[in-house]
Amino acid sequence: MAESDNIVAETAEKIFADLADAQTINRDGKGAWKAPLWQALTEAGLPLSWVGEECGGSGASLAEGFSVLSVAGRFAVAVPLAETMLAGWLLAQAKISSPDGEMTVAPASPRDRISVNADGTLSGKARGVPFAKSARHIAVLASDAKGSQHIALVEAGKCRIETGLNLGGDQSDTVTLDKAQPATIKPAPFGFGQTQLMLMGGVARSLQIAGALESMLEISVRYSNERVAFEKKISKFQAVQHNLARLAGESAAALAAATSAADAFANATAFNDELFLEAAAAKIRCAEAAEKGSGIAHQVHGAIGFTIEHILHRYSLRALAWRDDFGSESHWAVELGRLVAARGADELWPLVASR
Amino acid sequence: MTAALRFDPIRLPAECEQLRKEVRAFLAEEIAAGTFDPHQPNREDTDAPEFSRKVGARGWLGMTWPKKYGGHERSFLERYVVTEEMRVANAPTRRFFVADRQSGPVLLKYAPENIKMDILPRICRGEVCFAIGMSEPNSGSDLFAAKTRATKTDGGYLINGTKIWTSSAHIADYMIAIFRTSPPTKENRRHGLTQFLVKMKQPGIQVNPIGQITGQFEFNEVVFTDHFLPDDHVLGEVDGAWKQATSELAYERSGPERFLETYYVLTELVRAVGKNPDTRSAEGIGRLVAQVHTMRRMSVSVAGMLQAGKEPVVEASIVKDIGTVWEQQLPHRVRDLAAFVEETATNRETLEHQLSFAIKTAPKLTIQGGTTEVLRGIIARGLGLR
Repeated sequence: MAESDNIVAETAEKIFADLADAQTINRDGKGAWKAPLWQALTEAGLPLSWVGEECGGSGASLAEGFSVLSVAGRFAVAVPLAETMLAGWLLAQAKISSPDGEMTVAPASPRDRISVNADGTLSGKARGVPFAKSARHIAVLASDAKGSQHIALVEAGKCRIETGLNLGGDQSDTVTLDKAQPATIKPAPFGFGQTQLMLMGGVARSLQIAGALESMLEISVRYSNERVAFEKKISKFQAVQHNLARLAGESAAALAAATSAADAFANATAFNDELFLEAAAAKIRCAEAAEKGSGIAHQVHGAIGFTIEHILHRYSLRALAWRDDFGSESHWAVELGRLVAARGADELWPLVASR
Repeated sequence: MTAALRFDPIRLPAECEQLRKEVRAFLAEEIAAGTFDPHQPNREDTDAPEFSRKVGARGWLGMTWPKKYGGHERSFLERYVVTEEMRVANAPTRRFFVADRQSGPVLLKYAPENIKMDILPRICRGEVCFAIGMSEPNSGSDLFAAKTRATKTDGGYLINGTKIWTSSAHIADYMIAIFRTSPPTKENRRHGLTQFLVKMKQPGIQVNPIGQITGQFEFNEVVFTDHFLPDDHVLGEVDGAWKQATSELAYERSGPERFLETYYVLTELVRAVGKNPDTRSAEGIGRLVAQVHTMRRMSVSVAGMLQAGKEPVVEASIVKDIGTVWEQQLPHRVRDLAAFVEETATNRETLEHQLSFAIKTAPKLTIQGGTTEVLRGIIARGLGLR
C-alpha cells in the first residue's frame, strides 16, 4: 500500500490535484468541475479499478484500488468514485460486466434488504444510497425466497429514487425497487452475502475518513502557523499544540485501522472472524476519529472554519457523513461485541493477536 | 501532505506464529505449576528470579542482540510477540523487562567492550535486573534540570544527589542514570548531563521504598553519597546524554505494554457477560475491542519501523499518547458495563477485584515513561509547530 510505489494511486493524486482543488470546488456553486473530473477519472480507468479486463474494467488489484480511496478521501472527492468502484467489485463477484458511467450499490445499510421475486424482478427499499440520483446503473445484492443471494445490474431509471442529502451535502438517496426488471442477474458466489458487502463498503469509507483526517490535520497545522492572536502565531500556544497533537493521534489511528483492514481484505483467502474484526474495527475507530478529529480541526480554525467560504467543511462534514454508510459504528460495535462474546473470553486475545 | 504519519500494515511473518505457540505453551506450563496467577495483576511478590531465568533459558531475552553477547539475532517482531504474550498473561516480568527493552540496547550502543561482555550475557540469561535513573525530586518531565552531580576524581567520578520514582531500584543489580558533569551552557540548556552505568547494592547508594496508591512498593528514592564510579562506566559522550536519548524513547514508548496494562479487565468483562450479551454490553465491548485492535496494529507497525532501522520517535509518541489514555479509561468503561452484569456471573468477584486494582493503577499510566504533556510536545514538534 505504499503510495509512492503505486502508479494507480499516483495517477489518482495527479487528477485530483489538477481537477478537484478544494478552493476551486468550494467557489463553484454550479458544479462545473464535476464533468471534467469524472471524464479524467474514467479515461484513467479508475472507477472500474476492481473490475477485470474481461468484464470491461482496468483490472487493478484490491490494494491499488484501496490506495485510490485513501487519496480520494484526502481530497474529500464528491463524485461517485468509491461507489462506482464498489459497484464494479460487487458485479465482478458474479462475473457481470460493468457498463460505462456512474454507478452505486444497494443496499448501503445492513438494515435494508432487497428481494428477488419469483418472476426474477426485484423489490425492496434501500435508504442512504450514496449518489443514486447521479448513477446510471445500480449494482444490487438481493436474496430470493430460499435465502440464496443474487447480484444484479439494474438501470437507475427502473427504480424510484427520492433524493436526500448527507451531512456533507452529497446525495444520499432512498431507492425503491417495485418489481424492477434487472438488466442482468446472476447468483452470488457461495458464501457471499450482505455482511461482506457492508464490510467492504465500510473499509472504503474508513479509508476515505482517514484520508479526510489527514487533510484536516494538514490544513489545521498550516492555519495555526499563519493565524496570529495575542501577538503570536496560535501554533505557539501549548493548548493549541496539544489539540493538534491529539488530532495527529486520531488521524494516525484512523489511518492505521483503515489501511490494516484494507490490507486484510486485499490478502484474504477466506471470510473469517479475523477479517470481520479488521473491517468492523476500522469502521468503528475511524468513525470515532472523525468525531474527535473534526471537532479539533474546527476548534483550531475558530469562526473562519465555520463559514461556507472556507474549505474545512468539505473534509469535516464528509468525514462525519461517511460514518453512516454501510453500517454505523454503533451497528458494527454491537456485531463485533456479539462475535467476541460468542467466541468466549479466552478466545479474545487470540483473535486480536491473529496477525 | 504530512510525511511523518505512516503506519503501514505490518503482517507478522510465519516464524512469529510458531514462536507465539511456544510462548503460550511455556506460560500455560508456568501457570499450571503455580508460578503466577494470570487473573491476579496485583501480585504481592512481583520479583520472580526463577521465572526470569527460565525465560532467559528459552532464548527470549536479548532476542535482537548479537550472538557474541548472548543474544539471539532475531527480529523486533519476534521480540514483540514474546512481549505481548507475557503482558496479556500477566506474567511476572519485572526482573528482566527494563533490561531487555531498554538498558541492554543502551549498553550495546555505548558501553565499552569489557562491560558489554560482562553484563549483556547475564541479561540474556535472565540474571540481572535494571532500573532507570532519570527523575529527581525537582526534575521529572524536565529531564535536563537534573542536578545529581558526577564530580571528576582520580580514575572516575563521585556521585552525590537523589534520584526518585525509580522503579525496581530495590531489587535492581544495575541502574542506567544521567548525572550532571557540567553546568548547562547559555546556548544549550540540555548540555552537561552524562549517562552512566551504576552497580547497585554498593556503598554510597541507599534505596528507600516509596508506597504507591495501589498498595505496592515498586518505586523508590535512591540517594547517592560520594558513590564512586570508574571511568569506564561512562556511557557515550561526556556532557552529551541529550544526544543519546531519542532512539531509546522509540523503544520505550511504542511497545505492547503501552496499551495492555489494564487489558485484563476487558477479558474478564467478556467472561462476565456470557455468550449472549444484551445490546448495551455488546456495543460497549465492540467499541473497546476496536480500540485495542487499532492500538495493537499501530504498535506492531512501529515495531516494523524499528526492524527496518528507523527511529520512529513521533510515531512511538503517538502510540504511547493514545495507548495510555485508552488503557487509563478502560477500567472505567468496563466498570460502566459491569454495572449490569448478572449477579450469577461466576467471575463477578474476580472482575470486581481486578477493576478495583486497575482503577487505582490507572492514574500512573499517563505519567510514567513520558507524560502525556511531554509526548504531545514531541508530536507537536514533529508537526512543525515548535
